[in-house]
Amino acid sequence: MAQKERQQAVERELTMSRAMVEAIAHEMRENDEVFYMGEDVADYGGIFDSTEGLLDEFGHDRIMDVPISETAYIGAAVGAAQRGMRPIAELMFADFFGVCMDQIYNQMAKNTYMSGGNVSVPMVLTAAVGGTYNDAAQHSQTLYGTFAHLPGMKVVVPSTAYDAKGLMHNAIRDDDPVVYMFHKRLMGIGWMPAPDGPKTPVPDEPYAIPFGSADVKREGSDVTVVTLGLHVHRALEAAESLADDGIDAEVIDLRTLVPLDTETILESVAETGRLVVVDEDYRSHGVTGEIIARVAEEGLADLEAVERVAVPDVPLPYARPMEDEVIPGTEDIETAIRSVRS
Amino acid sequence: MFEDMVTARYYEERLQEEYLEGKQPAFDISAGPIPGELHLAAGHEAAAAGVCRHLRDSDTVTAPHRPHHVAIAKGVDLKRMTAEIFGRRTGLSGGKGGHMHLFDPDVNFACSGIIAQGCPPAVGAGLAATKRNEDAVAVAFLGEGAISQGAFLESLNLAAVQKLPVVFVVEDNDWAISMPKERVSGVDDGSQRAGGFDMPGVRVDYDDATAVYDAAKEAIGRARAGNGPTLLEVQVHRRMGHFMGDPESYRPDEDKEAAHGRDSIERLAADLRAAGLEDDDLEEIRERARDRVDEAIEWAKDQPEPDPEEAHEDVFVNPPSGATTDEPAHELAETGGDD
Repeated sequence: MAQKERQQAVERELTMSRAMVEAIAHEMRENDEVFYMGEDVADYGGIFDSTEGLLDEFGHDRIMDVPISETAYIGAAVGAAQRGMRPIAELMFADFFGVCMDQIYNQMAKNTYMSGGNVSVPMVLTAAVGGTYNDAAQHSQTLYGTFAHLPGMKVVVPSTAYDAKGLMHNAIRDDDPVVYMFHKRLMGIGWMPAPDGPKTPVPDEPYAIPFGSADVKREGSDVTVVTLGLHVHRALEAAESLADDGIDAEVIDLRTLVPLDTETILESVAETGRLVVVDEDYRSHGVTGEIIARVAEEGLADLEAVERVAVPDVPLPYARPMEDEVIPGTEDIETAIRSVRS
Repeated sequence: MFEDMVTARYYEERLQEEYLEGKQPAFDISAGPIPGELHLAAGHEAAAAGVCRHLRDSDTVTAPHRPHHVAIAKGVDLKRMTAEIFGRRTGLSGGKGGHMHLFDPDVNFACSGIIAQGCPPAVGAGLAATKRNEDAVAVAFLGEGAISQGAFLESLNLAAVQKLPVVFVVEDNDWAISMPKERVSGVDDGSQRAGGFDMPGVRVDYDDATAVYDAAKEAIGRARAGNGPTLLEVQVHRRMGHFMGDPESYRPDEDKEAAHGRDSIERLAADLRAAGLEDDDLEEIRERARDRVDEAIEWAKDQPEPDPEEAHEDVFVNPPSGATTDEPAHELAETGGDD
């Protein structure tokens, strides 16, 4: 496929954060209306390196540090976007959405609809998600399902540097509000080592990955594994491990939750008949249920067995043994794949 | 007061040592005996000690995500708090909360990892005291970076219009992670915020624990007497990064040096010497504090880790039936799919 060829053609590998920043910098050079606003994004460079180096090129006018006042600055991004600018506002941790949710889900997400399409909100809301570093219940959530559940925002979750760049180009150019959720563990931050997977070849030139195009990260004929974010890498690890036992798992990376590429999932399930959905979000009323419901609605005849792997409905605990228990690991995914095969 | 301060300072020095174990040479936040983030309060001790001396166990304190000095001054169980920070089963929260989320109902202490979000619960504790006709008070601690938050401003207003027994204590260390105060607040003196709510606003400068003590005595006395809330801003200083591992590349060297030049503990020690205490007396207090801290840390490290299964407990006090989520895989094939 074209994407793989393009990736193979370049040797330069970037971390996910460098790839994101490259797309932002390119769009800022191309369009004076793009600016970035958030806590510790300028002088610090983003707690998760989401803006590393941008201040040097663009200055404080366009890489704006703001007071700790999410309602005010995310709402201000909505206002600026409605005036035609293209703000990127960073919510440092997705967990903090509670202090500013009205601006996100009643203003940013609904103004286009409530105005009968007469107002657009072309902004990007970036947020760090994910656990695996023992920071407990207020700093470890993914909340993919919450954002995807509420209509009016497109929801993006990259898992590799290549995808992070292409999806960011698309997010900034999109005329709708986009929530861009990056997993801390994938960014390549010095103090939080990433697995090998997210660092990939990334072309120099800009390219946009369209929303709603899931990516088959590993082809396989026995079981379809659908996942996103960090768990793409855990699913790939599980699939490689099972290959030794003759189980051939296909791994689909959703890349965007809204819009959701149901077609790619259905095509895969039509081949394999078996579905495992893996999510780092809570199990109930979330992404795993949604994927399975869509397959049940449109591909029930193909479905022989199904299993979901997700965080049981508990807040993320602090202590390591308990966090390991609730966040799905590679072994949990392996077990689920074996289970639908038996 | 001096003992609370030296206990807190030494406690954090010891935590820092333990935290760095296993995280070297390349700093890895999730490695070592204390995982996750760790926010230390070295330089903030005067605020907690000066305020909490006036509090009883029945008074409520809500602390922010930098809570240890406040917890120590409020009388939180040091051993169980330490066990919690080490993620042990006998910790205050059984290992579920960690260092930013310490809860000790015995002394009505709680904290939150989200900026300014301890303010509304403090107002609620004040409301409860008023409704029950008790003379208990509530104190919400927050940083100067939090005074732009809606939750703080709304809490000031609610406490003022209801005349609730709440004291808001702003610890002003000049830095909100990488943002210096002049870039986050239009006023240099955060206690001016009180004026907009017709509430007394007081600022104490120079890391002066004695002055904090005096100002807090008046504010807490006012609250206890039913005369409403006070906003008290206390100048403290930040001796280290926002969190362990913060390189502080945004912070001028002069600022770091200036912070280390104004140590609240040394200031109070000088005051105590001037009042007649001997160096031996002060050293005896320091020695007692060190013994207590070392004992707590040794005890905590000996405690067992929680079993993984314990992660599923405590979501509800009264778990609904069917709350369990780990049902076995559903085999559609056996029931024939849609046939």
